Amino acid sequence: MWRTATVVGMQYETATARTITLAVRDWPGHVAGQHVDVRLTAPDGYSAVRSYSIASAPSSDRRIQITVERLPNGEVSPYLTQEVMVGDELELRGPIGGWFVWLSDQTEPIQLVAGGSGIVPLMAMIRSRASAGSAAAFRLLYSVREPEAVFYRDELAALSNQGNSVAVTYAYTRVTPRDWPRPAGRIDAALIATGTWPSSLRPTSYVCGPTSLVEHASDLLIAAGHDRERIRTERFGATGEQKRVQV
Amino acid sequence: MNYLDGNAAAGELTRIFAVDITSAEGQCANCGARKRFAEAHLYVDCPGLVARCALCGHVLLRLAKVEQRVFLDLRGMTHLIFDTTQQQELSG
Repeated sequence: MWRTATVVGMQYETATARTITLAVRDWPGHVAGQHVDVRLTAPDGYSAVRSYSIASAPSSDRRIQITVERLPNGEVSPYLTQEVMVGDELELRGPIGGWFVWLSDQTEPIQLVAGGSGIVPLMAMIRSRASAGSAAAFRLLYSVREPEAVFYRDELAALSNQGNSVAVTYAYTRVTPRDWPRPAGRIDAALIATGTWPSSLRPTSYVCGPTSLVEHASDLLIAAGHDRERIRTERFGATGEQKRVQV
Repeated sequence: MNYLDGNAAAGELTRIFAVDITSAEGQCANCGARKRFAEAHLYVDCPGLVARCALCGHVLLRLAKVEQRVFLDLRGMTHLIFDTTQQQELSG
């Protein structure tokens, strides 16, 4: 079940996050929101597995992209963000997961809420919507520490400045751009009211990020009248790390 | 204790199940709640993986590896319902 993937491209998204393009010979295709497990094995046989969301839209070219944030004490992310090179091979399991996914035949309004690197699977949904020519009404509320920590900034700007656009609202939690109208701070009820679909439209919501963000944003959505059954969540660990999920 | 969503167990569960169990609907044997397995709370800071009901906290599933044997304990769910149309869509 482990597949061999070859690194065919890399680019930095921020000072600490890198997108890696992988060619997977027998890749069966994926849907937006799914993830892969990456396994690294040391010469002594010790292996570590981490889950990474797929960032790219489904395509037929047997390539996928993952975006990896470097964690100070990580076992896998420092290798993927600093050491791996084009031509290297990785072991990969996936595509994985059938619940936190957006299918291009979904027509209802979609509310995306990202915290930090939680943007990655939601970006796959935004890209999938574009590549499928879907007219589903998308909004993204993106909570991020500071402007320099935003992933996919130019692509999000392009997507939100055209017809049939994805409306993007940023919530800066530590540092804002100059002259930003809202002081730095976490998502609150006022931002939910102005930056997300009203519950009367019955959107499906996808919330991804650190546990604290996911809990907080889900509670605010429910308080704003959203049906708990229509909120799908994907938590990272407390440190923002995609946790060890291997037995 | 901190937890993840049931989604996160999907990779390890492919070692055992041919289809995606995390998008299946399971019924908690304790409180009777019927929810997707992906909505369970998943605890990973322990030997193996433990999934608990998001409503009552009852243990739904335990998966652990001892030496070269994998133990799966499913006593916390009375049943699982799989949507076969979605499974076909996901397999590409």
